[in-house]
Amino acid sequence: MNPVSSPKSPGSINPHEAIHRDPEMVIFGFWVFMMSDLIFFGVVFAIYITMVGATAGGPGPKELFDFGSLFAQTMLLLTSSLTAGIATVIVKHERSRAAFLFWVVITLLLGMGFLALELYDFAGMAEKGGVPQRSGYLSAFFGLVPLHGLHVTFGCLWMIVLIVQVFTMGLGDVVKLRFLRLALFWHFLDLIWIGIFSVVYFGGWVYG
Amino acid sequence: MAKEPTFAQHLRLYITGYILSIVLTLAAFAAVLTTGKENKSVLILVALLGVAQLVVQLKYFLNVTTQRDRRDNLALILFSSLILLIIVMGTVWIMGNLAVRMHTTM
Repeated sequence: MNPVSSPKSPGSINPHEAIHRDPEMVIFGFWVFMMSDLIFFGVVFAIYITMVGATAGGPGPKELFDFGSLFAQTMLLLTSSLTAGIATVIVKHERSRAAFLFWVVITLLLGMGFLALELYDFAGMAEKGGVPQRSGYLSAFFGLVPLHGLHVTFGCLWMIVLIVQVFTMGLGDVVKLRFLRLALFWHFLDLIWIGIFSVVYFGGWVYG
Repeated sequence: MAKEPTFAQHLRLYITGYILSIVLTLAAFAAVLTTGKENKSVLILVALLGVAQLVVQLKYFLNVTTQRDRRDNLALILFSSLILLIIVMGTVWIMGNLAVRMHTTM
């Protein structure tokens, strides 16, 4: 737990190394980060809710949303959460490195598929005049949904870096712990997406 | 702490979570698309399904439990949820009230 209480003399321990001795602490620290991110998302959600209806004569949710694409995006993200979970189980039970890499690559591809669909959706919205500067409503929409997309983008980058690290550093404890945090982050994004399709899309459609 | 689950048990946990979350998602989409999107009361159902999904994912994917040695995580999540609730409910309440008093539609 505490680096000072370690049996070795405290001076000889590299503090960075000491942190990695306690995986529970590292995971807990990551939870603290995720919860601060959750509150950040919460504020942007609150802005969106107060901005529903502030369309200033521009296109609103009823003209802009494509529920087919929304459904496909939701399925891609949910499935990628499962594949990230399978990779987690493989890491925890120390199964083969190849199987681990396989499931990480599948997760990465599903994540990129989600991003491609989302960008396609935004392009479709822009064609109908739904650009961020059109109204307060659209500013709020493009403040929230692409913020989630940006998180997914960074998650994908994280996966690419992790795959490179597995090849260069091997699947050691440090890389494993990095993956466990990535998996938590990925499941967390899935949870935020539940909020987005319930509040932004369904809520926006009904009240907008 | 309970003994560590085996590989198959662990895998089954994630698959159960996935199936439950798919069912809840399908139910939410079906509710909105079949009752017509004009019906405001459908959102109550969507909210309930959303909360159920939240619980399912926290339990099966994020492995949050009430076990004694994992209480730190739970306390952190509950505290953050409280802050979140105050921010979101407070904002909606105040801004909604303001909109009514200013006779503007929200």
